[in-house]
Amino acid sequence: MTVTEVHIDEMMTPYPDKVRKNRKKHIIIKSAESAACPQIEANTRTIPGIISQRGCAYAGCKGVVIGPIKDMVTITHGPIGCGYYSWGTRRNKARSDDRTPPEKIYTNLCVSTDMQESDIVFGGEKKLAKMIDEVVAIFSPRGINICATCPIGLIGDDMGAVAKEAEERHGIPVIAYNCEGYKGVSQSAGHHIANNNLMERIIGSGTDPRTEEFVIYLLGEYNIGGDGWEIERMLTDIGYTVNCILTGDSSYEEIKDLHFADLNLVQCHRSINYIAEMMKTKYGTPWLKVNFIGVNATIQTLRDMATCFNNPELTRMTEVVIERELARITPALEKFRKICNGKTAFAYVGGSRSHHYQYLLRDLGMEVIVAGYEFAHRDDYEGRDVIPTIKTDADSKNIPELHLTPDEALYQEAHLHLGLSKEQYDTIAAQVPLGDYEGMYPIMRVGRIMVDDVNHYEAEEMIRQLKPDLVFSGVRDKYISHKMGVPSKQLHSYDYSGPYAGFNGAVIFARDVADALVTPAWKLITPPWEEKNGNRSDSDA
Amino acid sequence: MVIGVIVMLECIPRKAIDHTVGKINPAKTCQPLGAMYAALGINRCLPHSHGSQGCCAYHRMALTRHFREQVLASSSSFTEGASVFGGAANLKTSIKNIFEIYNPDIIAVHTTCLSETIGDDLSTIIKQSEVPEGKVVIHANTPSYQGSHITGFSNMCRGIVSYLAESDGTQKKNRVNIIPGFVNPGDVREIRRIVEEMGVESVIFPDTSGVLDAPLTSRYEQYPDGGSRVEDIRDSGNSKLTLSLGSFASDAAASLLQEKCGVPGIPLKLPIGLKATDALIMALKEAFGVAVPRSLEIERGQVIDTLIDTHHHYQGRTVAVFGDPDTVIALTEFLLTMGMVPKYIITGTPGSLFEKQIWEMLAEVGLTDCRVKADADLLDLQLWIRESPVDLLIGTTHGKYIARAEDIPLVRVGFPIFDRAVHPLMPIVGYRGCLRLIEQISNTLLERRDRDSTDEDFELVL
Ligand code: SF4
Ligand code: SF4
Repeated sequence: MTVTEVHIDEMMTPYPDKVRKNRKKHIIIKSAESAACPQIEANTRTIPGIISQRGCAYAGCKGVVIGPIKDMVTITHGPIGCGYYSWGTRRNKARSDDRTPPEKIYTNLCVSTDMQESDIVFGGEKKLAKMIDEVVAIFSPRGINICATCPIGLIGDDMGAVAKEAEERHGIPVIAYNCEGYKGVSQSAGHHIANNNLMERIIGSGTDPRTEEFVIYLLGEYNIGGDGWEIERMLTDIGYTVNCILTGDSSYEEIKDLHFADLNLVQCHRSINYIAEMMKTKYGTPWLKVNFIGVNATIQTLRDMATCFNNPELTRMTEVVIERELARITPALEKFRKICNGKTAFAYVGGSRSHHYQYLLRDLGMEVIVAGYEFAHRDDYEGRDVIPTIKTDADSKNIPELHLTPDEALYQEAHLHLGLSKEQYDTIAAQVPLGDYEGMYPIMRVGRIMVDDVNHYEAEEMIRQLKPDLVFSGVRDKYISHKMGVPSKQLHSYDYSGPYAGFNGAVIFARDVADALVTPAWKLITPPWEEKNGNRSDSDA
Repeated sequence: MVIGVIVMLECIPRKAIDHTVGKINPAKTCQPLGAMYAALGINRCLPHSHGSQGCCAYHRMALTRHFREQVLASSSSFTEGASVFGGAANLKTSIKNIFEIYNPDIIAVHTTCLSETIGDDLSTIIKQSEVPEGKVVIHANTPSYQGSHITGFSNMCRGIVSYLAESDGTQKKNRVNIIPGFVNPGDVREIRRIVEEMGVESVIFPDTSGVLDAPLTSRYEQYPDGGSRVEDIRDSGNSKLTLSLGSFASDAAASLLQEKCGVPGIPLKLPIGLKATDALIMALKEAFGVAVPRSLEIERGQVIDTLIDTHHHYQGRTVAVFGDPDTVIALTEFLLTMGMVPKYIITGTPGSLFEKQIWEMLAEVGLTDCRVKADADLLDLQLWIRESPVDLLIGTTHGKYIARAEDIPLVRVGFPIFDRAVHPLMPIVGYRGCLRLIEQISNTLLERRDRDSTDEDFELVL
């Protein structure tokens, strides 16, 4: 069934006028293959009272970007909850390596100042300072992050000053992130705040240039379920030096050296494009939009990377690895493809996965009929070209923009980072997404829907109307979908499976999706003593 | 690159540690989560979080992970403006939108750190809001910089009573109110079954059964057929007696019922374990003059039989117990009944009553070499264990890091349990709950024995 504006209008009838007017702007139906993407409203306030999927700036800063840095202790400055909920709940895996020994890994800890009423009344600065001292004494970490929660800004604690003093006392970086949950309109504000601080405080502070060849950093990859490790495996086989995955399994030690990159790869554009752009400005480092989700997408990305370096050996090895991996995974993938083929899905999560997973689903013969992001901006739907036209509103204004200039000693033109001539670089830039992201729109088929900041009511209505075979969502929507009789997989946490990236990941994903579709209980919902009419009664409602 | 694995919590040094401020690996979370859980125990209720949307997202996530059920709740979605100028407009808009779009019978609003710090006056804002005929909006203040999620649960229970319970001043009905505390829906079902077996009519609230253990059928219900009905809660003011199970979670609501509607209350432990279940049954028997049915006598006898038959699996073994105060208090009593040695007993929730009650129970059996702490965290517990280990851990999912780091088996009991399933449906209260606990504890210790025994000591029958 294709959807028309009429369906959308019908769905919105119960909405109060203001809500209807607002929500209409967040929903786009693709009208024709060639049509340019109509403007979608995104990154604007969630309507009070609406059951949204969105989280807060703290979640985006601490939970997403900062928390995974394994050799820094992250202190949540606030009452207990915020730190507690972001403890061990995101599956950003970490392990020790030659730069970070096991005793310097803190990702399994939850450290919170656990503010009490007296701290709210008299301020929490002293408590924070004391906690930093104790954390240093107990763990002697390489650095400390302090993430603010909602009350902090309000009571006026000066975290920056506390951090600065602590830095002087202990001689390690202590970084304050003013990521109070009410800033911006979603997690997205927190990504930006985290990016700014990493750029200002850590990136560029390393002093030993990397001497290896083809040094790349993978930005916006959080190593959920070990995705980053699977990507690293392929890239290392081809001959790249993967210096660091940011921020999954990353360390302060590695992030320091980010400016020695030959090329930055951007997986999740939403959460990390600020660093990619700022590095381009400050160091001239080029960035390439990549996607390691999906077999064909991975192959395309590997070829794009080889194109960037324009090195015969790298190009040869790229094809060797592709061929080897394809030969290995194709039979397994085929088995699951038979089950998945022709099925439809919804995907609404995050700020990039709803796009990336469409490639992997197409590999399996599945199609996404409704896709949306939780906290994306217009460029994630419409492509980066629209950025200059995005208006800043009151909510985005309170996130600082860093205005960087080229670093006098370290700035190099992008082509020099890749060892290319200017002409070569320009030719290549026309072929691959260097410094560019096209957004989700191009991959959507005609009649399919993009919906921004989808809420519970809309999700439920669309499931009822369009009857997808599977819903990809976060944990909060998963069981709603199940109760509606539709299998669901979590795309944030992979239902504790994974990796889903790269070649091995594609097979694991295909298996998990097939399992969800065919688990026998789906056929047993109607008890034998009730009349079977083939259809679930709620789908007729 | 040399790739290693993290040795679990290797970062915690083996040396004397000063840990005097804040929490490292907490054993509690914040008030609104408990308030949201309590509100879900009302039929056709939408919990509403008055603050930034992040809190609500987190609370829903945590509850969803524990119960593997949909948890619907809305938020006032504060932005910076609301944080500066107050959230009245956001709450009024929310109430209007919620009734129009989600059509609940009742909205239960709780605050967050943010709205508490701002000082929004919820009673007034609610009075000024448009509430459709026949619908209700209630609220509880739940500042997370006090207490824990259990305090939030207690505050919402109290809020429920304060807004809803009424006494019509006539003679009290021959009926018991039960405030079951922060327990799983399976536990509420079991408590109801026991009360029914005793032949006593009851009003149970909050009752999360049917809501957070809802069946998957061919019909989707946004508000599943479960939870305490608003009219029943209203009528609780006309009951003859209230039994509040667990002092931290339930006593405040019971005292308010007494104060407001003149319903006398008896505070009891959560009915976890033999003695606490006996106490519940005795309270019902005495207050309502009913006889204990044969069916419950049989269940009790089965517990005694099992305890005697299996005591050699666990008697004398040392345990560290951690979790929510009411659960841990009752559990500790049962561990003592089992003849085990609860060596370390902590809760993350502050409150000196916890330590007092535990020490009294320990003193009764002459145990002095134990450590008990309220407002503790799991780092405290781990450091004690490193000084002197125990045979078994009993507590929530977050204990698994200690279990792995210190190589001690963990029996999962309480909230939250994120890494195992089915537990919300399986009661640990009542006599049947005793059997389940004995089975879990025995089996866990025996698994360990099988795992650790040498080939020549590996035995078929245990
Ligand atoms: S801000 Fe307060 S209410 Fe919100 S999650 Fe944090 S501790 Fe809980
Ligand atoms: S209190 Fe603020 S920072 Fe904490 S979870 Fe809620 S919205 Fe986020």
